[in-house]
Parts: sequence; structure tokens; C-alpha cells
Amino acid sequence: MPPDSTTTLGTPGTEATPGTAAQPWRHRGSPAVASPRKRMDWGRFLPLAGPIALLIIWDLVVRLGWIKPILLPPPVDTLLTLINGMTSQVLLPHFLVTLERTLVAFAIATAIGMPLGIALGSNERAYRSVEFVIDFFRSTPASALIPLFLLIFGISNINKVAIAAFGAFLIVIFNCAYGVINARKQRVAAAKVMGATRWQIFKDVLFWESLQPSFVGLRSAVSMALVIVVVAEMFIGSENGLGHKIIDAQQVMNVRVMYAAIMAAGILGYALNVAFLALEKRIVHWSGR
Amino acid sequence: MTEVLNGPVYADTPKPPFRPGPAGTHITIRGLTKYFAGWPLYENFDLDIPKGQIVSIFGPNGCGKSTLINMIAGLVPIDSGEILFDGKSLKDTTIGYVFQNYREALFPWMRTIDNIAYPLKLEGKSKAEVDRRMEELVASFDVKFDLNRYPYELSGGQQQTASIMRALAPKPEVLFLDEPFSALDFEMTLFIREKLQEVFIQTGTTMMLVSHDLEEAVYLADQVLLLTKRPTSIAEILHYDDPRPRTVATLTEPTFVATKKRSLEVFQREVRR
Repeated sequence: MPPDSTTTLGTPGTEATPGTAAQPWRHRGSPAVASPRKRMDWGRFLPLAGPIALLIIWDLVVRLGWIKPILLPPPVDTLLTLINGMTSQVLLPHFLVTLERTLVAFAIATAIGMPLGIALGSNERAYRSVEFVIDFFRSTPASALIPLFLLIFGISNINKVAIAAFGAFLIVIFNCAYGVINARKQRVAAAKVMGATRWQIFKDVLFWESLQPSFVGLRSAVSMALVIVVVAEMFIGSENGLGHKIIDAQQVMNVRVMYAAIMAAGILGYALNVAFLALEKRIVHWSGR
Repeated sequence: MTEVLNGPVYADTPKPPFRPGPAGTHITIRGLTKYFAGWPLYENFDLDIPKGQIVSIFGPNGCGKSTLINMIAGLVPIDSGEILFDGKSLKDTTIGYVFQNYREALFPWMRTIDNIAYPLKLEGKSKAEVDRRMEELVASFDVKFDLNRYPYELSGGQQQTASIMRALAPKPEVLFLDEPFSALDFEMTLFIREKLQEVFIQTGTTMMLVSHDLEEAVYLADQVLLLTKRPTSIAEILHYDDPRPRTVATLTEPTFVATKKRSLEVFQREVRR
């Protein structure tokens, strides 16, 4: 929690006694201190400035007629459409389907990619031998492979999950492998000197060392999975999902729903990112210390 | 099946007979050879480390002080030669090692107490045995900080104290210390130096200390091992046997001053050579 700096600064002059001055922090936030809250702490609202500015500009642009409402509906209408859509059958089922596909694809990518990446990373020769293949497919836009996957899996739910899992898998395997390869040599040395076997070094040191870079990979992987799922949902034959909804609304020029669906996809991506950051902070508690 | 089909074209030169060190030798190093990037760092290097003494290693930059203890501790592979601990190989010997960079030596995913207990767990000790040893260590180190915290929540000195406790937990035969004070502030350096002296008086564990501070090297040592520039050989071994516990007063004793002066002379001679 950020220290409430303005109230702390206001306190000593008004009522600090020698006894409390020694431990002023004890009183912070306690109701016993009747600190005059004349000035609001505006600092905490700073993150809201950007979105509010964006909405105002958006609104002005539409009001002044710079962009036709048929291309860009007013923000209030869009937000209402989003809220109504997310509480009804218009958007919510699509949102949930996209979320489910993303999470299933991500789970598959992690279940295969993480053990494989850690195993490859602990045997650098093995990693070097497959490095080109991984780097090549990692550099290939996964969306370019969607038609190929359509051929293999057909127009099905499996197709969307498979292609997303593939794209995410490459990111997971790459980050996990490099996490192990770049493990602090000294921690490995410390375990070795204590007489740890190769397996003990692997499970007690390398695995843990690789967690932090792995989490960076997992976070990018879940974003990648979402991107591919949404793109795949836009293809002909899709019946649901946010990608489908966006294309569908666009085809019939229902721009409000289109923008609302885009925002829903954005909210999903942002929420996944925040959730993973929180998870990372909990599990890799030593990161950055 | 006893016939050798593709025997060597030339015969191996027979190994020179093993020469044991004088009585009381703990670590015997014979014919140690190590090349770095094609250049010899150590060539046919022989050394005897006495049992139950502290040997400080001092020498010019890049002469391989740390490499020497790393080779003995098995962290750096040797090209040829033999290193024996009381006649045993490293595999059958329990050693402890304290790194300069404690931050990257402790495991931040384990609580400090689990870090210290880790070598005991590797040995497969039972929980009761581990707990008993932990209590002993905590008592002998007079630990004043919370060992249930994670290492990154402790100060540098506390982390290095924990590193030393971890190294000593399995009751090692030899304790290696690679510039253990270099990353600490002066107050912690003094504190941990005294702790080490106490531990040594209590246990008499053989210690090899790499130091870049001559005063500290002599203060703790029974022997100061002075090395030459590479290819590294022994410049001189100085004996310093003022009784322990050594104190601030020791630093002005004529014997201490003389040993330090002599070390510096040898060091300067070797640097200029």
C-alpha cells in the first residue's frame, strides 16, 4: 500500500507528541489520529487519467463529426452495449468460449512445453540441436499456419485450440529452456559442492531458477494463445467466440456490438495478464530481490 | 579374448610414485595441471595442506587463487594430477564452501533455515537429526535473526552468516572460503571474522581461505600460502602461530607485523617479476 504521504506530512505540526514522534508510522491510518484530511491524495487516481482522456477525445471526435457515427459510435453507447452484452446472451457466451479455448490451449502448451523446455535446457547439447526449429517456428507468424491447421483438423473447435496451443507451446518451451540454461552457475556450484546428484541439482536448483523466466514465457504464451484464438474464430465456419462476434457484427455494420466485442477481448487479455502477474508474484516471490 | 587388438602405439610414461606429505597432512596435491585457453595456469603443482589449520591463500591478480580452491573442491575440472583428502578422493569427503557472493549462493526459494539444513537433507538425515544439528548451529553461532525468513529478507552479513552455517552444517572435513568478506561492510566483516575464528577454535576444521586483504589473511591464518604469477607455483609458505583467540591486540604484535611485512615483500617481489 503506498504511504499516505500528504496526511503524514500534515500530522507532526498539529498534534505530534515526543512519544508518538518516535514511532509515527504506527499511527498511520489509525482512526485515533484526527489528521485533517484537507488535501486529497490525487496521486492514486493517476492511472485513471489516461482512460478518461481517451474517452473524452473519443467523445469529442464523434460529437464534432470528425468520424461518422457509423464508423465510431459514441463511447457511452459503446460502454452500455458492452455492459448489456456481457450481462446477456449477446457477448457473454462468446466471451466465455474464447476464454475457455485460450485457457485450454494454454494448459496444453504449458503441460507439454514446460517439462520439455526444462529438460532441453538442462541438456544444452539437446537444446542446440532443436534450437533452429524452435526459433524458426517461433518467428513464423502463427496466424500464417491457421489454414494449414484447418486442413489437418478441419473447421472445428479442436483446430482453434490446437493452433493456439502450438503458438503458445513454442514460447513456453523457449523461455523455460533459456531459464534453465541461464540459471545462476553459482547456485548450481553451491549444490554440487554440497554433494547433490545431477537429479537433485535439477529438482532443487535448476527447476526453481527457471521459474522466473518461465513465468515471463507463460505470460507471453497466454497472450499469444488469446491472439490466435481470436484470429482463428474469425475464419469461415466459426459459430462462436469473440473473434466470430467481431466479424459478424462488422459484416452487418453493427458497430456498437463490434466495438463492444473488441473491448471485451481487450478486457480478457488485460485480465489474463494481471492474473498471471499476481500468480507470478505469489509463486516466484524472490523475483527481483 | 585376452589379446589386445589395437594397443597403443607408444607406451604410457609411468606415473611418478606417490609421495605422501609430512605427518599431519590433510589435503595432498600432486602433479596438478590446469590449462586455460591453451596457457598453463598450474603445471605439475604440488602442495600439502595441513590438517586442522587455516591456510590463507594470497597472490597476484589472475594467479588462480580461487581456481586453486575450486579445483580442490571439485568445482573446476583439472587437466591432470591428483588431489586426496586424508588419502580419500573428493567423492568420499564432506566439504563446505562459502562463496563471496552470498546473494547468488543461497537459494531464495527456500527459507533460510531450510537453506542451512539443505546439505543435511542431501545426506538423507532424518528430521530429528536435522533439527538437533540446527539447534547446535544456532547456539554456536548465537543467531539473533529470524531463520524462518527468506534469505533476501536478511542483511548481507546475516546472509553470509547463514552461508557459513550451511557450509558447516554437515560437519565438513574441509571448509573452503572464497573471499567471504569481500561483499560485506566493515562491521560485518569484523563480526564474521570473529565468528570464523570461534568456529575454528570449537571445531578445528581445516580451512582454506582466499583473501585479497593481507591483514585479514594473516590474522586468521596458521599458514600464509603465497603464490607466484602464472604459471602459478608456490612463492613461499609463511607460518604464523600466535595463539588464538587473536584480538585487536594481535594486530600490533611483533610476530604479526613481521609476518605481514614478509608476506608483502614476497608479494611485491612476485608482482614485479
